[in-house]
Amino acid sequence: MRLTLRIWRQKDANSPGQFVTYVKDHVVPDMSFLELLDALNRELVERGEEPVAFESDCREGICGSCSLVINGIPHGPGRGKASCQLYMRHFRDGDTITVEPFRAKPFPVLRDLIVDRSAFDRIMQAGGFISVNAGSAPEANSIPVPKQNQELAMDAAACIGCGACVAACKNASAMLFVAAKVSHLGLLPQGQPERYRRVRNMVAQMDKEGFGGCSNTFECEAVCPKQISVRFIARLNRDYLRAVLLEP
Amino acid sequence: MTGLYALFRSTVGLKWLMGVSGLVLSGFVVVHMLGNLQVYLGPDAINAYAESLRKMPVLLWTARIVLLVAFGLHVFSAVRITQLNRAARQHQYELWSPQVTTYAARTMFMGGIILFAFVLYHLAHFTFGLTHPEHFQLHDAKGRHDVYAMVVLGFRQPLVSLSYLVAMVPLLLHLQHGVSSFFQTFGLNHPRYNGIIRALGPIVGLIVFFGNCSIPLAVLAGLIPYPVVGK
Repeated sequence: MRLTLRIWRQKDANSPGQFVTYVKDHVVPDMSFLELLDALNRELVERGEEPVAFESDCREGICGSCSLVINGIPHGPGRGKASCQLYMRHFRDGDTITVEPFRAKPFPVLRDLIVDRSAFDRIMQAGGFISVNAGSAPEANSIPVPKQNQELAMDAAACIGCGACVAACKNASAMLFVAAKVSHLGLLPQGQPERYRRVRNMVAQMDKEGFGGCSNTFECEAVCPKQISVRFIARLNRDYLRAVLLEP
Repeated sequence: MTGLYALFRSTVGLKWLMGVSGLVLSGFVVVHMLGNLQVYLGPDAINAYAESLRKMPVLLWTARIVLLVAFGLHVFSAVRITQLNRAARQHQYELWSPQVTTYAARTMFMGGIILFAFVLYHLAHFTFGLTHPEHFQLHDAKGRHDVYAMVVLGFRQPLVSLSYLVAMVPLLLHLQHGVSSFFQTFGLNHPRYNGIIRALGPIVGLIVFFGNCSIPLAVLAGLIPYPVVGK
């Protein structure tokens, strides 16, 4: 396959960026998108050019490091997968592919396709935890958890914090991420003591970071590599109202 | 942040304000349409209806104040949240291919501005009688304010009718996204009911659209006569 790649190149956070076009030959349909970028970078290095900076780690869709907007869709076309699980067989010989970094004010571009997602870490620090003294694991059946809650909590906990929800949202809202984190702890008995304080503090930090509000377009759910449901956003809205009005 | 203050400051709180005020306004739009449709029952029915509202000043003014507050909160939350949303993405994508975001959802703010202007015009036309004072001062045989004549004479002018018909398009889109949306904002989302919830916006929107559009179209087609022969 021969592909034309339009890739966002930006030297650092303070420099203006621009698209640079590369033609890549010998693309194998079974390559992942990140392997395509690896192959391109090898050619760039051999030519003495600066390779394209992008993030990756596990390359099996569980770490949340990859963060590309491919042809206008975070993590590219197809459902329920990260950029590292997007294979070149989804494209046709001769295609032009536009690759951009995630765009959001709280996710500043550091270089080329790499953005700084530490805003998510600060949201987690604001409440995405339970305050228990660490020790040996408790006896398995000492705290009963209803099966339905356990499954919902696990669905929410599947969030890998990649930020595709923010990238896809027309408002650059982080609601799906925050909702997943608030719900996964809020559904379990261990998360109850801090349930309302958690939602209040995490939403306050989310706003402070400069993410937008939720317009209920559900674009986040459509691009989420873990297919986190917008049900959790409804749950967050519910918990938030109770938290600010009834739980001082 | 706690208490009502949080509702006015946080993005989630602003959505609650927008949802609650939107629910009040959507309810009004539906009731208002039902009231309007009485024009098909003839002058006596709609003039008696208008007269009965005037005879209940407490109810009328309570409703007006609630609507005014809801309208104010809706506009306030829309402006504030749109500011925050735009600030959150200053650098737009070169290429953006939304997968599920509807046209209605993308144009809520612009549609809202058109509706705001329309509401001002509509109030000037039928509530304050500023645009057509000659239609506003008519009275029927029983001495009641002749709403029927005002509506029919107003809509006989093609440009007036056209402005109402055009304004119903953003109203349709606004209800399509808004009505389904407030369920989500109020925390009501369950796989068992989501089909109904997501259908409700378009259904309410289309009912209001066709109900309201039918009146100027019927007047222009001569289906709603004035003066009424034989009465």
